[in-house]
This record gives sequence, structure tokens and C-alpha cells, in this order.
Amino acid sequence: MASSLHLAEKTPGEGPLAAPGAAPPAVIAAGSVDLTFQTGDGPVHALKDVSLDIAKGDFVSFIGPSGCGKTTFLRCIAGLETPTGGTLTVNGMSPEEARRARAYGYVFQAAGLYPWRTIGGNVKLPLEIMGFSKAEQAERVKRVLELVDLAGFERKFPWQLSGGMQQRASIARALAFDADILLMDEPFGALDEIVRDHLNEQLLQLWARTDKTIAFVTHSIPEAVYLSTKIVVMSPRPGRIADVIESTLPKERPLDIRDSAEFIAIAHRVRDGLRAGHSYD
Amino acid sequence: MRNVLPILTVVAVILGLWVMAVVPMNIHLAVDQAQRDGVVVTPETPAARQDVGALALAARNTGVIPATYTLDRPRLPGPQQVVAELWKTTVGTRVTSKQSLVYHGWVTLSATLLGFAIGTGLGIALAVGIVFFRTMDLSVMPWAIASQTIPILALAPMIIVIMGSLGIQGLLPKAIISAYLSFFPVVVGMVKGLRSPDAMQVDLLRTYHANAAQGFWKLRLPASMPYLFASLKIGISAALVGAIVGELPTGARAGFGARMLVGDQYGQPLVTWAALFAAAITAAVLVGLFSALERVSLKRMGMAR
Repeated sequence: MASSLHLAEKTPGEGPLAAPGAAPPAVIAAGSVDLTFQTGDGPVHALKDVSLDIAKGDFVSFIGPSGCGKTTFLRCIAGLETPTGGTLTVNGMSPEEARRARAYGYVFQAAGLYPWRTIGGNVKLPLEIMGFSKAEQAERVKRVLELVDLAGFERKFPWQLSGGMQQRASIARALAFDADILLMDEPFGALDEIVRDHLNEQLLQLWARTDKTIAFVTHSIPEAVYLSTKIVVMSPRPGRIADVIESTLPKERPLDIRDSAEFIAIAHRVRDGLRAGHSYD
Repeated sequence: MRNVLPILTVVAVILGLWVMAVVPMNIHLAVDQAQRDGVVVTPETPAARQDVGALALAARNTGVIPATYTLDRPRLPGPQQVVAELWKTTVGTRVTSKQSLVYHGWVTLSATLLGFAIGTGLGIALAVGIVFFRTMDLSVMPWAIASQTIPILALAPMIIVIMGSLGIQGLLPKAIISAYLSFFPVVVGMVKGLRSPDAMQVDLLRTYHANAAQGFWKLRLPASMPYLFASLKIGISAALVGAIVGELPTGARAGFGARMLVGDQYGQPLVTWAALFAAAITAAVLVGLFSALERVSLKRMGMAR
């Protein structure tokens, strides 16, 4: 066990000891992904020629106007939609296989907690479905609720919590079964700005502690720049990638980094990308 | 407590209208009776009185007005007469007596409960089938709707006669009619309830790669509970109506329906009215029980605050 771990660490491209300069293998690899929906009004080209690699430990934000396909692309990664063209792999498998292997946790726009389950019961839901033992369920619920700062709320019902707390509980639910990938679809879109700042900060800490790969859809430029190691700017009709920006910000990011010149420069580039891809007709 | 005042107001208005209606409804009968008892009334002949309107007759024979509330066989009994009859036939009569409304109530209630159980079970089973199998959605739902367009009064005698010719009598035929009326609200409510989870909640289970059974037990069934309770409250009162209707066409000797017929056929309106009110009170109690069960269950499930 120990020796195999040792060997694995020495393999180039894997683990923290990877040779400098060697690109880590992509956790999510998209090559010319196309998706056309057949609707009553004729075909809708939702995604066109989307190519992107997401490496292990990346925090990738997708930003763009409504209809640019960012949520659709996230749903493709999750195996909830099937591309009509191109290649897409998640952990080296097809998205459908990855979904069956429970490779990712998905956080939706709304918390979507079951009102008849307590917070603990909601976090337990995926664990019950995946067949974890009772003892392990209890242990994991306790651990992830602490992770999102909700210890002590296990027995509360969702309506007893604020919107921000509910969304944190839904993140705990996505973390409970220890998938390496976290897919987040505008998770903080419905929250006010103060709560949102707070949750952004917490999410970064959580990401630093858990070493997850996160794909994050947002409407907000500051949110995307603040959180991401890589920002994917998308444009609509058809949904395609307009720009991919590698963030030069350090991994440690206090909230006031948003006033730094570097942050503003990146935000500016994102805005330019959005403007270039969007014709206001 | 703040609900009590509006409810009492409505009750008072209904009682007031009822009390006022008793005089014109019964005045002709009361004047006839008074004349037989030797009281001088105007006009003097029954034929002449027929030409006088009820209110005019009451105005010309004000002394007879109190008697309109105490006739043995009134057209419209006064509320106090109905209450007295109810009291006499429930508290004042041995439960084993054929005169006891408790006895007749139990006969109807047992058919109601059996029919309701059959109807609810059938309704839930059909709803699950309709939600999970598209063929059932297309094939069963139209028949369920069509079944409710047939007047139950036309169907009830057929069910009783057909089942009687098969040698099945007593409780079961009435229960079948109850079930026939009560399964429909349960089907409609449960189909709606089982389909109530939104796309996001269904997608969430897909991300866990949950199977259909897990989707049913962990999402669809709990989500349908508020709908089920609403359906059960409609279903139980429909079941009671079904049991009473089942007693009407067959000359049943026991049950609320039998009492209503007896009162009608033997000119004893008090018996009919007492049975009517007993049935209404029974329905109210049953619905009230399900409301209480709903409150307690949904509160325990965390779905009510």
C-alpha cells in the first residue's frame, strides 16, 4: 500500500511531486463539444465547438450572459445532458459512466433541500442512496456540516434556516460522499451580496482544504475573478468559448484583493471578453 | 379562537333563516290542526285557506303561530325538534334498538370505512402505476375520469343487484359503491403529488445515480403527502355519501339511508331530518379526524410550521 502510493507520487503528472512544467492530466477534458436541442421551433444550437481541459485542483468559472450554454456545459459534464458531437471525458470516463461512478457532487441554483428532511437528513440523502453504513453516515454528516460551518443545525428543518445557510447545507450534501469534483451552477445567484461575499470566502477556504476540482457557473464578474484559477468567458447563439483567462492571483485571497490592480485588470479582461462575444441586438 | 366568531355568525344566520321559514312552511298544517282542536280560525274552510298565502294566513291567525313549531308531522321541522329527535334516538335509545341512530350510524360507517380503505388503496396503486408507466397514464386515466361521469344513483342499484345475484350481500356491495366514489380524488391527488417534485429535485437524484425505487420512496412519496391528505378528506366524505346512496335503492333495513327512506315513506319528516343531520355530523367528524391527522403528520414531517 505504502510503496504503491510512493510509486504513484513519483509518476510524472500525478500528485504534488509532479515534475515542474509537466501538465497534470485533465480531470475534465472536452474536445469540440457540440450540443443541439431539437425543439418545436427548430434546432437550438446550445454549444458549439467547446474545447477545454480542467486539471485536478483547478477552480474553473464559467461566465457569460443567459443562453451562452454555461449551465448546459456543466450539465453535459454531469451526464445530465448528452452532447451531440465532440468528445467529453470526466476522470477518463464518459460523463454517463462518471455519473454512475458518482464522480462529482452537484450544487444547484436553489438549495433544493427536501422540506420533510432535517438538515442532517438532507446531507444524509446521497449517503443513504449510495449505501453507506449508518455509523459512517452519521460520521460524515457531522464532518461536512462542520466543514460548511453548520455544526449544531443537524436537527433543524430547512425552513428554519436562512437562504445562505440552506445553500451551505446543499454544499455539504454535495461534499458528503467525497467526490473529487464539485459542479456548482450559480449556487449563490439568489443570495444578497453580503451573504454572497461571505460564502465566496468560505468556498475558497473549503477548496483549499479539500483539494477538489471545482467547476463553477456564475453571472458575476467579481465572483468569477475572486474564486477562480481559470475563467472561461462564454458567448451566446451559439454557446461557445470566447476567452479562457488563467488567473495570476495568489491562492491565498483575502476579500480586499478585489481592490488590487491585478484583480481589476483580470476583471477588465473578462468584461472585454463578454462584450466582444455579445452583440446587443 | 379568532375563527370561532365568523363560524358562529354563519351558524346564527342559517338558524335564523330556518326559524323564520318554519312559520310560513307549516302555517296551513297548524291552522288545520288548531281547527280540529276546536280553535276558531279564519278563513273557516280548508278550501278557502288554500287560496290564502302563507304569510297572510299567519297574520290572520297569530295565535296559531307557536303551534307551527310543535307539529308532529311538519313540512319543515323547527331546529329544536330536530335536536330533540337526534337526542332521543342517540342518547335516549339503547344502541341495540332498531330505533337508535347510533346503530344505524354504525351500519353506514362500517360500509364507509371499508369502502374508503378499498378506494384509497386502489387510488394510490393506480396513481403509482399512472406516474411510473406511460401506458397506464394513457389507458387508465381516461377511464377513471369517465367512471365519475356516470350518476352513482344509476349505477348503485346495478352493483347491488349484480353482487346480490353472485350471493354477495350486506356490507360489501355498499362498500364497493363507497370505494367507487372515493378512489377518484385519491387518484387525482396522488398523481399530482407524485409528480410534484420539480426538475431540479429529480436531477439531484440522477446525480446520485439513484434508482427508480429510491426516487419513489425518498422523493416522490414524501412529496405527495400534502396532496394525499387533501384527497383523503374529499375521499372520506365521498365514501359516506356512497354508503348512504348504496342503502337507498335496495330497501335496506339499516343505515342512515334506510332511516331517510323510512321517514319519507311513513310521513315522519323528523326521522328523515334526524338521519340527515346525523350523516352530516358523521362526515364532519370524519373530515375533522383527517384534518387533525394531516396537521400532526405534516408537522412531524417538518412540512408544516
